Amino acid sequence: MQMPSPDARIMARKAQVVQRLTEALGERGVIHDPSETRAYECDALTAYRCPPLCVVLPSTTEEVSAALRICHEENVPVVPRGSGTSLAGGALPTADSVILGVSRMNRVLETDTADRIIRVQTGRTNLSVTGAVEELGFFYAPDPSSQLACAIAGNIAMNSGGAHCLKYGVTTNNLLGVTMVQMDGTVVEIGGAHMDAGGLDLLGVICGSEGQLGVVTEATLRILPKPEGALPVLMGYDSAEAAGACVADIIKAGVLPVAIEYMDRPCIRACEAFAKAGYPDCEALLIVEVEGSADEINHQLETILKIARDHDPVEIRAAQDADEAARIWLGRKSAFGAMGQINDYMCLDGTIPVSALPEVLKRIGELSDQYGLGVANVFHAGDGNMHPLILFDANKEGDLEKCEEMGADILRLCVEVGGCLTGEHGVGVEKRDLMTVQFEPQDLEAQMKVKDVFDPKWLLNPAKVFPLAASEGRRA
Amino acid sequence: MIRPGSEAELAEALRDATGPLSVRGGGTRGPLPDGTPLSTSALSGITLHDPAALTLVAQAGTPVEEIDAALAKANQRLAFEPMDHRALLGTTGTPTIGGVVAANVSGPRRMQVGAARDHLLGLRFVDGEGTVVKNGGRVMKNVTGYDLARLVAGSRGALGVITEVALKVLPGTETAASLVIRGLDDATAVRAMSEALGTPFEVSGAAHDPQAQGGARTVLRIEGFAPSVEYRCRALAERLASHGAWEVETDREAVRADWRGIRDVAPFHGTAGDVWRVSVRPSQAAELVARAGAKQAFYDWGGGLIWLRCAEGDDLRARLGRYDGHAKLHTLQPEPLAVQALTRGLRETFDPRGILAA
Repeated sequence: MQMPSPDARIMARKAQVVQRLTEALGERGVIHDPSETRAYECDALTAYRCPPLCVVLPSTTEEVSAALRICHEENVPVVPRGSGTSLAGGALPTADSVILGVSRMNRVLETDTADRIIRVQTGRTNLSVTGAVEELGFFYAPDPSSQLACAIAGNIAMNSGGAHCLKYGVTTNNLLGVTMVQMDGTVVEIGGAHMDAGGLDLLGVICGSEGQLGVVTEATLRILPKPEGALPVLMGYDSAEAAGACVADIIKAGVLPVAIEYMDRPCIRACEAFAKAGYPDCEALLIVEVEGSADEINHQLETILKIARDHDPVEIRAAQDADEAARIWLGRKSAFGAMGQINDYMCLDGTIPVSALPEVLKRIGELSDQYGLGVANVFHAGDGNMHPLILFDANKEGDLEKCEEMGADILRLCVEVGGCLTGEHGVGVEKRDLMTVQFEPQDLEAQMKVKDVFDPKWLLNPAKVFPLAASEGRRA
Repeated sequence: MIRPGSEAELAEALRDATGPLSVRGGGTRGPLPDGTPLSTSALSGITLHDPAALTLVAQAGTPVEEIDAALAKANQRLAFEPMDHRALLGTTGTPTIGGVVAANVSGPRRMQVGAARDHLLGLRFVDGEGTVVKNGGRVMKNVTGYDLARLVAGSRGALGVITEVALKVLPGTETAASLVIRGLDDATAVRAMSEALGTPFEVSGAAHDPQAQGGARTVLRIEGFAPSVEYRCRALAERLASHGAWEVETDREAVRADWRGIRDVAPFHGTAGDVWRVSVRPSQAAELVARAGAKQAFYDWGGGLIWLRCAEGDDLRARLGRYDGHAKLHTLQPEPLAVQALTRGLRETFDPRGILAA
């Protein structure tokens, strides 16, 4: 992965840029000492690092606007940052860029359970949005696994999902309005507490634009009443085909679980060793969760268990209470941590049509043999969003490169069977150079034309999403 | 009438166009813009229905009823239940799926499951220069590149002509029931609907007809498996008992017909005047209706959507004053200047010659 070489003219003007930003935001709002900017050199994609020119931490929309206006005048690229939990390098800086972090803007501005909305500053963490409405009996639905740390700003930029989107949708389905600052400092209000856009749905294209169209400082989010209860059931199968057919039959039967999670044998074993959740040692494990009152849960589970039994399970275990439910989830929720204990790994995020599941798993197995790297599969089976974890040794010469190549092959496979490169992590720098696998030049051109309108100078997060060769003529 | 038989022919027609085109699906949504008529009706047919993946792909001109029928066979449906405008607007023609997406047409279930655009997985369209663009895909979760599909959905053809859409479909429900109460004033009705929507009982419809025959009528819909519907109806009626006694309607056909009527704004059918559609924050709805001074009002989406009927030519927007939302007849409520600039920029980018009249 290459990043554009930093502009020496900007680097030479660092003092001037820092001085202007400090005048606007105060000493407290600007970090420019190299020993401190290092903390912002990467996000959760730690393979790539580069300290920025400086960092600004505004406290208000007005300060965001002032900082962007200055950078716009000075022709300095800006990389917006929420909490820095991106797995795709969405917040990776270049040496000539200013990191604009929204972490100080974390207040709840309004809560209204009658209209079922909450308005927050976007530095607020995902989980603390739910925290703000939980006592009122409500929750915010998108639940990426980083939800304890990740910011709403990043969720909007990447259109984040989570384990429960089969029923509740992803960020874009739960976002009603934003206050956004454009690169030239213009503040726009789009949408609000009402449900439909009057003209073009600008909100729809802003969400998921990876911080390339503007910096979202406030958001109106849809909140939902908490379900009466939820219980998971665990099922073990001796083949991927059987597990895949079980998922298909559950969906065809008209039951819509809130989550259907899938783990394969390498992942089950690692989780079991790590968390001791009592998982059976089998080829494929499904965790299916349903919601409702006790009777409703039982009724849905009856249907699901009947289908599950038709596919020759090696084990079925329905949780009877909250403790057993927690035990069933324990292994799954610690999957990434468990894999991290035994190996370095790279986490992929492609999506495939659910019906292609057995075929794709078989071919991932073949790629694993071909490259000589292990793979553990864990994914959201209901919506086809896969997270294959490729295991490698970071200390072994050439292993990372081999792993990246294999990852690219898996993502090409996802596209080949009718899927896509990324289901919820975003393109960032990680999948940037694979975009031509999924899109024709004119498809990418249409997307870049949208950025031309919002950010004509291409200063906002410019080296992301689009292959550098495709965006070259546009970037400064 | 230009009626391209393929995406390539459509692209050619757009490239060759020298003046504004008036693009239409079934032409059922009232007055069309001036220009040479261009219909997508020959681009028709379902290209893929994968029930286990909850996915359907169809060409833009495919009639909605053809899609409904195909989905029903697999006990699935378009969960956003697009309305049929014909009886309300006195139009003829056949609603198409491309038209539904282009106008983001969504029915009563919108507040629970989202709008048409929330079910759009991807699309193909031809921009004003005749360039064919693909965006999104056919899978449920996809954040690869910008979501142009969402931008084009609801753009009413201003950015391009849709040729194919991929939609998320959902299981149909075993049964449905309605809770009905009479005589609530508008403000109380909206409060009652908000209370209902704030419960965990998954209310999938909430409408209020202030001028119903036999007195104001507020109705809530519950759908799902039979025992669950029965339980939730009982629990909800108890929770809302402070508003009075709620009657439960369980006859499946009656419930379905009632909600089809709500979806299509049946109380306005056969009346004269202009119809306004106002998207509003529910808690401001009743006050807004009082200010509007319309001949007739109808609330859907728990108060988030108001239909108003006025005398022909009566522009009620000045009377609405300030509120969070927007009203629409043939013209749009002016948007803030910065938003206008972005909208204009996008239209000029995708249609530099101004071929797409919308």
